[in-house]
Amino acid sequence: MAPLEATERMKEASPESGKRTRTVRRRRLWEGLRPYVMIAPAMAGICLFVMYPVVYLIYLSFYKYNLMNKAKSKFIGLDNYHHIFTRGDFYKALGNTAAYTVGVVVLTMAISLLIAVWIGKKGRLNAALQAGIFTPHIISIVSVSLVWLWLMDPSLGFLNYVLKALGLPASQWLQSSRTALLSVILVSVWQGVGYYALIMVAAIRSIPTPLFEAAALDNAGKTRIFFRITLPLISPQLFFVLIIMTIGSFKVFDTVKIMTGGGPNDATNTLVYYIYSFRTTNIGYASATGVVLMAIIALLTLLYFRLLSKKVYYQ
Amino acid sequence: MKLEFGRLRTSINALLKIALLLVFVFPFLWMISTSLQTFRETMAFPPTWIPASPQWGNFAEAMQAGPFPVYARNSLVITASVIVLQLAVMIPAAYAFAKYRFRGKSLLFGMVLLAFMIPGQVTFIPVYLMMADWGVIKTLLPQIVPFMSNAFGIFLLRQYFMQIPEEIIEAARLDNASELAIMSRIMTPMSMPALATVALFSFVSHWNDYFWPLVMTDSSAVRPLTIGISMLRETEGISNWHIIMAGNVVLVVPILLVYLICSKQIVKAFVYSGIK
Repeated sequence: MAPLEATERMKEASPESGKRTRTVRRRRLWEGLRPYVMIAPAMAGICLFVMYPVVYLIYLSFYKYNLMNKAKSKFIGLDNYHHIFTRGDFYKALGNTAAYTVGVVVLTMAISLLIAVWIGKKGRLNAALQAGIFTPHIISIVSVSLVWLWLMDPSLGFLNYVLKALGLPASQWLQSSRTALLSVILVSVWQGVGYYALIMVAAIRSIPTPLFEAAALDNAGKTRIFFRITLPLISPQLFFVLIIMTIGSFKVFDTVKIMTGGGPNDATNTLVYYIYSFRTTNIGYASATGVVLMAIIALLTLLYFRLLSKKVYYQ
Repeated sequence: MKLEFGRLRTSINALLKIALLLVFVFPFLWMISTSLQTFRETMAFPPTWIPASPQWGNFAEAMQAGPFPVYARNSLVITASVIVLQLAVMIPAAYAFAKYRFRGKSLLFGMVLLAFMIPGQVTFIPVYLMMADWGVIKTLLPQIVPFMSNAFGIFLLRQYFMQIPEEIIEAARLDNASELAIMSRIMTPMSMPALATVALFSFVSHWNDYFWPLVMTDSSAVRPLTIGISMLRETEGISNWHIIMAGNVVLVVPILLVYLICSKQIVKAFVYSGIK
């Protein structure tokens, strides 16, 4: 910066300085503005499609909104929120979402960690396996849901065929309120496990090998190595996975919409599906539920950071 | 004795690994098999593994169940526009955040990160009302413009730009290169891996997207393939699995092809985005 200023001062001292000072000044102004101009489109997009909608959502949550005639919308204060917390179906949806989240997070974490340790080493079979188990993650949830809907068909589905062939009783899968939520959990775990396993494989590979060598020299057993070295050293990534998986699970919608439509008997109605089902009939109420969902997501993020930041080993 | 036991163990291990692979690949094979069966074959018990004669007509029937050329075109237009728009918005923003100092920078960047945390499932109602106000619900815009600022992409690209040494930029400045030229001729080519990551990521997530088009559209003229395929159950009947699976194959094949060609990059892109 300094040399530039010096030349500018020299320029200012020269005879026809007036014109030059003006261009210099203009250039300086432009240099000051430039970063703002460059980020302007991005910030405009964020303000228009994220920040403003959040504010608008909160605003809507205080209204009885009239979709046909906006002028007839009525401010009703906290009524929508009052309704939410006194209605059984909201608690049902909240409970389902929480159960779904716990199921998906626990199962996915455990299975993907197991798979990561099992197939994490380099090699051709393992590489093929990793590419294979990852595939469901990049396939549209529409396809995944439709395929599993077919596999889980109670009378003609492949899964019941296998159960019968093994001499086990057939299941109603998605069509019974007792097994529907579990079936949805199963599909989500199946779709996500490959992705999270690969994240953990990458995490395990980043552990310096001398640590494992030293442990092997000390004759440490495999389980001991896993709990004393592998697990603590990949805890930052596990922590990260835990957060994104929990938040992701709280937003569950697609599988529910396609496979069960929230049923049977509200057994798979989840928060986002609940919001979705009110989106045209009662916009204010749906918005208030959206605010609740946002609060839950924010709370979960904060909670995790507070709880786990102390127990996680950072390098 | 010990040697033999070891060999047995490795072969059992390999067998188990193949079983694991099957768990994840079999549903897709089943989908393809069903898509080529007759209705009678799908209804058979025990189920048909391989169709007696492949029914290619199923695909034609699925594609005639709705305006599928329109759906396919919409999917392509939406995905391509989102990627182009995102890159155009992202590159200058990431460059400014990485290489300039300016007032309010950390606050503004904080806003980018905050935007990353707020999902479409929270904002879709107000965005829909906004789009309806603007009178663009009957166009593809509601499925394109809301994604113009890819917060994750800006974050990733900024990281990448920050790693490019300052000396290179200074040298270019001494050669009288304009900032625009530095950005487009030096920074952008040097960060191709990051840009490819972001583009692949956007391609996969927007081609596959179901929720957003579902809540933003109310006519088939603007709907993408995912919605069209999911509606096959209503138009073709719940038990016409051979037709539904044929439609499903059409939806999956483009992604699978891309995955076969560049599975390494895709896996890297997704895992990298997971770790960072």
